[in-house]
Amino acid sequence: MKLLTHNLLSSHVRGVGPRGFPLRLQATEVRVCPVEFNPHFVARMIPKVEWAALLEAADTLHLVEVPPGPVQGYERDEEFLRKMHHVLLEVDVLEGTLQCPQSGRLFPISRGIPNMLLTDEETES
Amino acid sequence: MERSIFELWGHGKSPEELYRSLKKFPVEKMVPFLHADSTYKIKIHTFNKTLTQEEKVKRIDALEFLPFEGKVNLKEPQHIFSILEDYGLDPNCIPENPHNIYFGRWIADGQRELIESYSVKKRHFIGNTSMDAGLSFIMANHGKVKENDIVFDPFVGTGGLLIASAHFGAYVCGTDIDYNTVHGLGKASRKNQKWRGPDENIRANLRQYGLEKYYLDVLVSDASKPSWRKGAYFDAIITDPPYGIRESTRRTGSQKEMPKGIEKCPESHVPVSLNYHLSDMFFDLLNFAAETLVLGGRLVYWLPVYTPEYTEEMVPWHPCLELISNCEQKLSSHTSRRLITMEKVKKFENQDQYSHLLSDRFLQYQGHNSFREKYFSGVTKRIAKEEKSTQE
Repeated sequence: MKLLTHNLLSSHVRGVGPRGFPLRLQATEVRVCPVEFNPHFVARMIPKVEWAALLEAADTLHLVEVPPGPVQGYERDEEFLRKMHHVLLEVDVLEGTLQCPQSGRLFPISRGIPNMLLTDEETES
Repeated sequence: MERSIFELWGHGKSPEELYRSLKKFPVEKMVPFLHADSTYKIKIHTFNKTLTQEEKVKRIDALEFLPFEGKVNLKEPQHIFSILEDYGLDPNCIPENPHNIYFGRWIADGQRELIESYSVKKRHFIGNTSMDAGLSFIMANHGKVKENDIVFDPFVGTGGLLIASAHFGAYVCGTDIDYNTVHGLGKASRKNQKWRGPDENIRANLRQYGLEKYYLDVLVSDASKPSWRKGAYFDAIITDPPYGIRESTRRTGSQKEMPKGIEKCPESHVPVSLNYHLSDMFFDLLNFAAETLVLGGRLVYWLPVYTPEYTEEMVPWHPCLELISNCEQKLSSHTSRRLITMEKVKKFENQDQYSHLLSDRFLQYQGHNSFREKYFSGVTKRIAKEEKSTQE
């Protein structure tokens, strides 16, 4: 699971609503795999990123050199975009858990794939 | 998807008519492609007839009256011109002379070679309902998928639709309720193959085509209970939801309703039941699209239809989504599916998810739920029997 995806995920446990975001990340196995740098794609993603959630997840994974927020003129700032590219797309959580911050419910990640299934009782009606 | 596009310079029902027509074509439109510094070649395409080399050369020579000043280059010409001869559609009755002859400048070819190179037959990882390669490209086209988009498939299966989008340079992600499919485990769908190897999963499929860099993530998730945060971030949602025929329609169930033998998801043991009503599913899908698509983003999906009952009112509706197209593909004598394309034209507001309760016009068509029954029922068989007897 990449951090870009983590940034879009939320808990849908009954009753939590928007407080289900962001999911608390815990990783036991992480892999860094190089992905071809595409500045245009990264630039497009910047406005969609929820920064606090990204910083929290990056911190959990002990990532360094994570920009604290978008910079002025980021579209043309290659250094900034390369750092964001690395954080969003090159760090893959293979094993771990995602935890609903409100209810504590855990969603497992295995082989890089999060499992978000909940029973009827657990979810919103 | 057209085969080729030409700029038409002349047309006739006989060679003489063609030449007259060519002489009428404005010279100033021809000159940019015929001038002394350019290179060109002339090809002949005949439909429903084969010509000998001698016959082809004769036809090309006959065009000498055109003001070609450039040099012929058969390998890499700057401009290609084509003579197209139409000998009709009946291979058993090929006329001496063509019905129509056209001459024009070649502009582009439709991307039919894509279909061959992405054929499902060659793909490493397939499932029972893997989308035909040609159709997956059509869907990506309908979704206006372009470079640097994010495309999502909530019923991703083996990821066929993601491949087409990745080919166009979009970054792709998907979810599916089936743990084994997403992980690439369990029974193989390919005849003669016992097992899904470690190379069989969605990521491997993208890797096979050199598109791995576009792989974002796949998740095990119930599309009726999406776990995406509020916001608009997908450029396109392109999907083929289950119709309940070859794959069952499912959603997660309750711990209480545990009939014998109910399937449980490996790892989390959440019971996965069998009754996701189709009309609920389409309603959920449209709502999800209305919320998570960017403005101008597109939803492209297949809608199964019991043809005798089909009316346009059956096509699911949403206040935020405008219907762009609705194309039918026949599945059997009384069923078909429709490729629906919708575009988000209005920002999503909370009350939009309840719009179906407000008006008759938007009452969900409950008939979708019985699609599966109708497909398998005696109704279809009886109609087929009746038709057969009237033919005899």
